Formats: sequence, structure tokens, C-alpha cells
Amino acid sequence: MRPFDFVRPNSVAEALAAWEPGAAYLGGGTNLVDLMKTGALRPGRVIDITRLPDLSAIEVAADGSARIGALVRNADLARAAEILRAYPMVAEALLSGASGQLRNAATLGGNLVQHTRCAYFMDAHAACNRRDPGAGCDARGGAADNMAILGHSPACIATNPSDLCVPLVALDASVEIAGPDGGREMPLAAFHMLPGDTPSEATALRPGELIVALHMPPGAADFAHHARYLKVRERTSYAFALVSAAAAFRMEGARIGAARLTLGSVAAKPWRIEEAEDLLAGQMPDDALFARAADAATAGAAPSNDNAWKIELARRTAIRALKMAASGTPDRMPALPASPFGALEAPAHV
Amino acid sequence: MSDTIARPDRFGSNAGQPMTRRDGLAKVTGTATFAADNAREGLLHAVYVPATIARGRVASLRTDAAEAHPGVIRVITPANRPALPGDPEAKPTRFSFAIEVLQDDLVRYAGQPVALVVAETIEAATEGARLVTATYEADPPRTDLDDAPDFGIDTPDFGAPGDVVHGDPEAGHAAASTAIDATYEIAPQYHNAMETHAIVAEWDGDRLLLDTPSQALSMSCAAYAYLFDIPVENVTLRSPYLGGGFGSKAIPNGPLVLAIIAARDLARPVKLMLTRQQMFGPVGHRGQTRQRIRLGADGDGALTVIDHENLAATSSFEMFLEPASNASQGLYAAKALRSRHRGVRLDIGTPGPMRAPGEASGSAVLECAVDEIAEAAGMDPLDFRLKNYAETEPGTGRPYSSKALRECYARGAEAFGWKDRPREPGKMRDEAGLLVGWGMGTAFFPSPMFAAEARATLRADGTAIVETSAADMGQGAWTSLAQIAADSLGLPLDSVEFRSGHSALPDGGVAGGSGHTATAGGALHAAGGNVIRQLGEMAAEQPDSPLFGAGNARLRAHGGRLHVEGDETRSDALVDILARAGKSELVASGKASRPDEDAKRHAMNSHGAVFAEIRVDPDLGQMRVTRLVGAFAAGRIINPRLAESQLKGGMIWGISFALHEEARHDRRTGRIVNADLAEYRVPVNADVRGLEVITVHEDDAYVNALGIKGVGEIGITGTVGAIGNAIHHATGKRFRRFPIRPRDLLAT
Amino acid sequence: MSLSISTTINGTTRDIALDDPRVTLLDLLRERLGLSGTKKGCDRGQCGACTVLVDGRRVNSCLTLAATLDGAEVTTIEGLAQDDALHPVQAAFIENDGFQCGYCTPGQIMSALGLILEGEAGDDPERIREGMSGNICRCAAYHGITLAVQSATRRMDAEQKGDAA
Repeated sequence: MRPFDFVRPNSVAEALAAWEPGAAYLGGGTNLVDLMKTGALRPGRVIDITRLPDLSAIEVAADGSARIGALVRNADLARAAEILRAYPMVAEALLSGASGQLRNAATLGGNLVQHTRCAYFMDAHAACNRRDPGAGCDARGGAADNMAILGHSPACIATNPSDLCVPLVALDASVEIAGPDGGREMPLAAFHMLPGDTPSEATALRPGELIVALHMPPGAADFAHHARYLKVRERTSYAFALVSAAAAFRMEGARIGAARLTLGSVAAKPWRIEEAEDLLAGQMPDDALFARAADAATAGAAPSNDNAWKIELARRTAIRALKMAASGTPDRMPALPASPFGALEAPAHV
Repeated sequence: MSDTIARPDRFGSNAGQPMTRRDGLAKVTGTATFAADNAREGLLHAVYVPATIARGRVASLRTDAAEAHPGVIRVITPANRPALPGDPEAKPTRFSFAIEVLQDDLVRYAGQPVALVVAETIEAATEGARLVTATYEADPPRTDLDDAPDFGIDTPDFGAPGDVVHGDPEAGHAAASTAIDATYEIAPQYHNAMETHAIVAEWDGDRLLLDTPSQALSMSCAAYAYLFDIPVENVTLRSPYLGGGFGSKAIPNGPLVLAIIAARDLARPVKLMLTRQQMFGPVGHRGQTRQRIRLGADGDGALTVIDHENLAATSSFEMFLEPASNASQGLYAAKALRSRHRGVRLDIGTPGPMRAPGEASGSAVLECAVDEIAEAAGMDPLDFRLKNYAETEPGTGRPYSSKALRECYARGAEAFGWKDRPREPGKMRDEAGLLVGWGMGTAFFPSPMFAAEARATLRADGTAIVETSAADMGQGAWTSLAQIAADSLGLPLDSVEFRSGHSALPDGGVAGGSGHTATAGGALHAAGGNVIRQLGEMAAEQPDSPLFGAGNARLRAHGGRLHVEGDETRSDALVDILARAGKSELVASGKASRPDEDAKRHAMNSHGAVFAEIRVDPDLGQMRVTRLVGAFAAGRIINPRLAESQLKGGMIWGISFALHEEARHDRRTGRIVNADLAEYRVPVNADVRGLEVITVHEDDAYVNALGIKGVGEIGITGTVGAIGNAIHHATGKRFRRFPIRPRDLLAT
Repeated sequence: MSLSISTTINGTTRDIALDDPRVTLLDLLRERLGLSGTKKGCDRGQCGACTVLVDGRRVNSCLTLAATLDGAEVTTIEGLAQDDALHPVQAAFIENDGFQCGYCTPGQIMSALGLILEGEAGDDPERIREGMSGNICRCAAYHGITLAVQSATRRMDAEQKGDAA
């Protein structure tokens, strides 16, 4: 790691004042410290925000809205009874990510600004427009495995690896931001940026800005009874997604009143598919309908690498997630969250 | 614990018992000292700079920024590297490879050391290494089997397997009424012991003290002595615990030697610990193979030929071909057998032995191919294997020293429920609608012995010290070897102090090839036996001894006493014999190795049968092994608890081989893009369920004095094929590339 | 720059002068405090060998900057056994042969303890497997690990009930 100043502000105002170009805010450190070790990030100043007051509360209101402090640890968020009740697929996504240890450290705010897992971004010796604007993109034509099929550009084909952000985008979450020029709030769906010509702008955060909270809108809890997160991966646990999907319904009798569908790990941002949601709304749930919705979900997808297989996988993942949502949120979190193996019968022996 | 494992009290009070690990207390309290745990006054930290190209030369190295970094003491490059007396490309021992120690500016593979930074702290050394900037003259890297011409082996040697032909393969092909011809690809795999290679090196004049994990202490010392031109007795190597080895820690490598060079140059102790990323390069791996296998069977399902061709990667500068096709020798009673090997030189680190080298990758292919032809012949996979059961070693006709494979098949099939398996693929689903597949494979591994020495000392108080420089990398040497030693002296285990893991002790040989317990154990058994024999001779001449006049040949030691066999009324305490002789202790040495004539007379192998159940979500390409039953016959089991763990670990390596492990190179730079434990996947706990191991009793009078065959590697063999076959059974699709990935299932 | 932190490690509060803010908790323990029981397996949060408890929760010490730990309470493998008596998790790992080489074991044990304290897996083997999946064991002693966590959970539950009674 490059040597850095370590500062520990006592308030959001102090934190903002401590920021300077090249500085980084440190939450749980699970992403920042890792990337400092690979050399992908080399901050000259690290601002430890973990002790800032008032950023660790979870408040869910009667109307189904919520404000969640940016420093809430992933494990605490996933375990909170009010989250499990109101937004079960948020908990399921969290619990399908990383490991118990990492979830104990990682923060909500940190998850929102989590960097791509593109091997060429993480390898400081590779050319990467996201890390080093104008350097080129070694991922194109490379051997990395987790590249985009939607929303990519000639400059960058990276994906956003967050599990958490996928259901959050599906539920219209918004981000509360503090900054040197005052506070603002923006939809999470607009927070992560597609690469275009400027992949280094991964999020809408302006220099020095700090996420202080996440808001769930009124009505977000209306989807709680039919909400699932599904994560396709290459080992049973402790792996990033190949493709994931958050699917949720607000049922009106036997019909779908409203639907939500968002894909993860397919683009530089969670990929919300409103066309699919519109197509589902007002319909009786059935497999043919889900297939049409999934077709809408992957319309416009294109391989960025040797990854055409991922387009079909995304389509099938969407269909399966919709089916799982239709059959209802399970009473208890599955032993293997977000897994197709979540419901295996216990074997005769361990 | 599964209670199906046999735990007969056959071998006295110690061996044969499922003792918990003697080193368990140290390991669960964090007091077991692994190499990098060693601290030293004035310790420096070293981190090397890895090449970022795979082929070419270093055009320039800038070290000024690194040298200016606070805490950095020295940057060593090919231009200023202190002289190394020995030739790094020579072979001072039987198992030696050329090592990369900054001897020139050539880049042979990505990740090769191009400079070494030594600093006061690990933080400064790490950043210093990052601040060294290299420019390269790069040539296009060759990292795939198709990137370079192949070649044959003229002179078989270690790492250069020779072709073997028995019978007439062409006639076998001609006689076949059913035939398959399949080509399988296996990706490169890296050992990735949890403990990365590490060393703390300290010089005192021309004496060298090393803390470094070693699977072969004496051989390693000989290599270091050669490289630094010092007497071998000047090298002290301590390796009480290895944090896993799997074959990668038997042979000294470049980074470790660089740390020793730095320690000498700076006259201070130096610690170097490879990063996880650095484990993908200079410390060996299982080389990529492409294997073509052709099987023929007659109308009765009898194999007429097994014809197995192996194409394996080696480095541009060294030779180690994964001897995959050798796995087709010695198992099935085919009328003709042919195994051939060719190599391809690539810009990769030198491959090396990795847990079941050859057998793992060869068995994966053989066992899938056997299922392919069984299916083509319309036979159940188990029936087909029984039809081709070899009563004597195929090709040579030698008898097996023992072979309870038939019982392994029966017991494994029974425990698994194999008889309920529908022949046709795609017919089983679970309650959640997932496809279920059942597959099997035969496990097979040779039972070699190396050479080892040991010493036993019986003391006047009835306790003993037994010593050999064995290596415990998790297989349980601290426990099982002590059990053998205690039995050889007829003492309770707690009366025996076992000293090991230090180069000053008698040479414990190599911990590899599944032969360590037999070899080091054999030496301990001999040493203890020599103590007992001398005591018997002493007692026979002591008029006060109940054994006075008794013939030594009829004496047996147990419970701290010598007994006349068949006459329990005549016995004498070991300590009393010693006391009468006026001795404070009695010391004896022992050796073990296998005489050539024994090796020629019998075929000696462990065998087993592995049955796998897999759930497959075909839409999403998701796979999970949900049951794995292995029945193994491996001679005498010294410690069933530990042997069971070893076998299970091997079977999980089989899961890993079948579904996970694959290093991927960027074709442009030659760098491995997934050189970490997030993207180079090995199984996690959730990947493992339904594991069951059955050990089948086997008495073997020929394999060695103790009847031990070894269990370290056999678990992988059979398992990979069983899983590949289970996937076929679930999906009806045959995948001929390992690992089998979700995208492969989607593609068909 | 020099930082000073006051951190309780295995019950003893230490004032630690940090001359370098880059020092991780893992390297602080191993290289500066002589507590080498905590192991470095990947240094990237990808294996769990370095797991310790911070304020009673399991975390990867390799990704934790020591400078952030002012006022924190750290428990490492060296702090588990009390008065020469093994902690129930340690004992269960021996009894169930939940390790081979032993290198990942301190991290496995600390992670197991963290999992048990989280209280959600109970003795359900499938939940234990998932909960222990952040700790890679290359020897693949997973079966024994799962049994050990199951048995330690039951024993700690029983002890707790005994205490309450």
C-alpha cells in the first residue's frame, strides 16, 4: 500500500472537511483495503468514518418506507427483524453475498460504492479505463469471466458485483448523500453509472461526497410476500454471482398487481427491467408470461467477450426468480439463501 | 463419525486405534508454529517483484523509488544479486528442478521473480516491491497446448514418463465390437496449500538455520547445501508443521532461495512469505493435459484394449509432464494396454507433483471413458467394471500383493444404494424438481516406499524417545507414526515421546506418493524392533529374568513387558531388563525401504470404489454433489480416524477437480487472471455434504512389514470420474472438459 | 505519522503506538505483538484463515486496519482457552477431527465461535455449512468441521441452560 494519512473525524461535517483529492472514506474496509493491497486504489488519505454518530440506525415506518444509516453493517441489516419482514429479498441478497466475516464488517454505504470485480481493474498492471482514464481496456479480449452483457461500452465491459443493490434498485431505493455543497437524495437506479466514455465515473457521487443513508419508499414493503433473490454462481457459497435476479410481486388476489424485476452482475449497474414489469402487471402468473418478461429483460443484450452464454443464463435466471417469487416468500430464510439448492431435504447423514 | 468404518483391535494397543491427533492441542490453541510464525531479533521482511510478462527479457528495472521508500533496506536484481555458489539449474538431488533466482534477465513465465525487496517491515517491503518498475522486451506468450509443437520422451526419468505397451493394441482395436474414442481436456490446477510457501532464514557464519515447510527435509537440506556450497550438516531445517503441501513443498523453489541469499548478504534473518497470488507460478502446479482415450470391448463387454494418449504441458526450461495416461495401466483386465505421453513447452512455471500426480487426471479420463463404453455396450457401469476385473496385474501378469477391490465395489454400492439406479440418464428428480444423477468410479493408487531411517531410545523409567525427520502436512504423522513407534516398543502411546520435523533427526524420507507412513513408519518399527530384540537377548542371559533362556524369536513386547508368546506367565518388564544390565538407556536405529525384488514380485496398490450423487439444475447450470460414498482397501489402517479424514479430503479434492479448479491465462500477456482464492475456486464447506468413507479390511503380507499401503492420494482418483459420470446420468450429456462449469451445461 | 491506539486484546488492554497506518490487524498481531496463532492465508478476505473476533463479531483481520481499532476488543485463538481448559469449540475440533494440517484451524475456530454467537445456524448442518463457508480448508476437513460446530453448539447451549438453572 501507498503510505497514507489516517484521520478519524467525529462528525459528518468533519469527515467532509477532511476530504481532499485522492482521499478515500473507509467503512468496513472489505473492498477498499483489498483494492489498496492489489494496488488498484492508492489513496493518500484514509478517512475512517466508522465512528460517525447517527449513521447506524434502521427505521422502518408504518407506510413501508424506511431510512437505513449508511454505516449499518451488512450482517445487522440482514438480521434485522423489520428488514426481514418488510424487504425479505434485501436480506436474502445480503446473506447470499460474501461470508459471515465480511458481512460483519461491510457497511451498507460501502456496498453501494463497491467496485467491480473485473480482474483487469483489480490488477494494477493491466490497462483499465475505469481505474486510469484513457489507459484502454484489457478486459476486452481478455480471460476474465464476469463481464457485462448489457450497457457496456467500447471503453469498459465491467459489471457491478453487488448483491444488495439488485433488490434495492428493484424496490426503488434512494440514496441520501452529504457533500461539501450540501445534501441531496437520488434514486439508487441513477446512482450507478453505465460506462459510456467515462467508466471511471462509476457512481454519481461527486468528489468528497459521502453516503449517509438509504431510503426505501412508501409501499416498498407491499412486495414482502412475493419477493426472492436468486444468485447463480460457480460454487455453492462464498462466490460472486455469474448472474442474479431480484423478482417481486404485489399480488392482487390471484393477479399480479405490480411486479419488480432487476438483474445483477450483467452490467455496470443493477439492471432494472421496467418493460418486463409492465408486461407482468395485471396478469395471472404463469410460465409463458414469465418467459415473455425474461425475453424483455435480455432484449438488447450483447456479449462483450466470450460470454454469449451469459445472455441465455440471464434470461433463465429471470424466469426462475419470477417463479420463485410467485410461489411466495418462504417463512424462514433458506439455509442456502438465494440458491437453487436452498430447499434440499436434509440428508440421512451429515 | 460414520460408524461404518472398521476399527478392529488387530495391532496391539496403539496402531489400529482411532486416536485423536497428538498435535491437536497445539493446532486448536494457535501454538503450533508454522514457518512464518517464527520471529527473530532483527528480522527483515522480503517481498519479490513478479514479472508481468510471460516470455521475453527484462529491458530495464528502476529501483530508485523502492530504495527511497522508508524502511526499504535493499533491492536485489540480477545486476547486483550476490553470487550463488551452486548452479540454480543443476539437479543436486533426485527430485530437483531448475529454479529462478535472478540468475539472468530472461522471463520464463508470468510471476517469475525479477527483483527482491528487503525492508524492516512487511508493509515497507510490500510497497517497495510495488515501486520497482520493470520494462520488458516481450515475445508472444505460449500458454495453451496448441501454442507450441509437441514432443516425445526419449529417455524416461522423473517428470519424463515413458510409454508403456502391453499386448497388441492394434489387434485390440480390431477385435472390438464396441469402441469409444474420446478426447478430454483438463485445465491447469494449482496446489494452493493454505499456508503459502514461507521461510525464515538466518545465517551464523557458514551455518544456516531455516524455518520452512518441507515434505522432504533431508533432500531439501542437500539442495540448500549444494546451492550455498556449505556442508549439509551446516544446514538446520525445522519443519514441525506444514500448512498443507500436496506435493508442492518437497522441492526447494526460487523465492525461498532468494530469501536465503538476502539473509546472507545483509547478515540478518529474513522472512519471506509468498502472497496468495505468487502461489500461481514458481512453486509448481498440475500441468494442463489433453488426453485421448480409445477403448474397445468385445460382445461380452470384455475390454480388448485401453489406449490412452496424454499431451501435457511443461515449462520452457524444465521437464515435468503430468503422467496422466499411466493411470490406465494396472487396473482393468484389457487384452492390450498402451499409455503414451507427449509434452508441450509453454511459458508457464514448471509443473510438478500435485496430489495424485498422473493418477488424478488420468483416472478422471479413464473412469469417464469406462462409463462411456459401458453405456455403449449396454451394461451397468459397475457390472462392466466387474466384468473387466483384473485378478492379476494386466500386462505383466504379476500377482497383487493384496486387492480387496471387489469388496470395495460391493460395500460401496450397498451403502450408496446403487442397485436402485435406473440405467437410463435423466430419469431421476428430487422433490424440488432438480435432476439427480448417480455415477461411480474406481479408485486406484500405487503403494510406493521411499527410504527412511529412525532411532528409538528406551529409558530406564520405561519411557522412550523415537525420532525421525518426518513431515506432518496434515496427514497425521505426529500421531500415526507415534502409534507405530509405541507398538514397536510395546509401550503405551503416552510413554513415547516422538520427535520429528527437524533435519538433525534421522532421515524420515519424503512425505509424498502416499508412502510416508509406510516408509517412516517402517523405519520406526525397525528401530523399536531392534531395541526389543536387544532386550530379549539381554533377558535371555539374565539368570534373574523370567525370560532367562528364552529364545528371542518367541518374544513379543506389549504393555511395557516382554512376553513369551503363548505363555503369558513368562514375562519381564522392559525396565527391569534394562536395570539388570546396568544401562540407563538402550538406543537402536532402524531403516526401511522396499527391496527391488519385492517390488518386482508383486503389484502393490490401494484400491477403492467411489459413488457420487449430484443434483443438477439444468436451466441454471447449477450443480451440487449431495452424496459421496467411498469404499477403500488400503492395507493396514494405522489410525482410522485420521485415515478417514485423509480419504474424505481426497474425495473433496475430487469434487474440486471435477467442478472447480482452473487457472486461466490471459493469452496476450500470459498472466493468470484468476490468481486468488475468490476466482480460482476450491470447494467451501457448503459444497460438501453426504460424505461417507468405508475402509475395507485388507491384510497384506507383501507390501511392507507393516502391511501399510497409504491413503493420502487415492481419494481423488475415482471421485472425479464418479462425478463426471453422475452429471452424465443426471443430464444425459457427456462433458469432456474439467472442470465442468455452469456454462458447459448451458451450452448443450 | 504515528498513531496511538488503545485496544483490548484477549482481555488485556494495550496502548499500541502505530508508526504506520498501513498495518492490518493481522500483521499487528503476527509481526508486532507476537500473537502468531492467527494465520495469513490470502491477505485478501478470500479464505478466512485470519478470522478473529472484534467486539464479539467474527471478521477478517487481514482487511481490518489496526488504526481503526482504538477502543475495540479483539479476541484471537490465543484468548480462547481458560485456565488450561479448552474452549468447547476447540475441544470439538479435536474430537471431530475438524482439521488436518491445522493452518486454517484458528480461523475456523474463531469463525465457528462467531457463528455460534450469531445464534442463527443452531445445530442444522446445512446452515452450519453455509455459515462456515467463509473459511476455506484446503485439506478439506469440512465434514469434521461441520460436526465440530454442531457438537460445540449443543454443548454451549447446554452449558448456558445449566448456567441459567
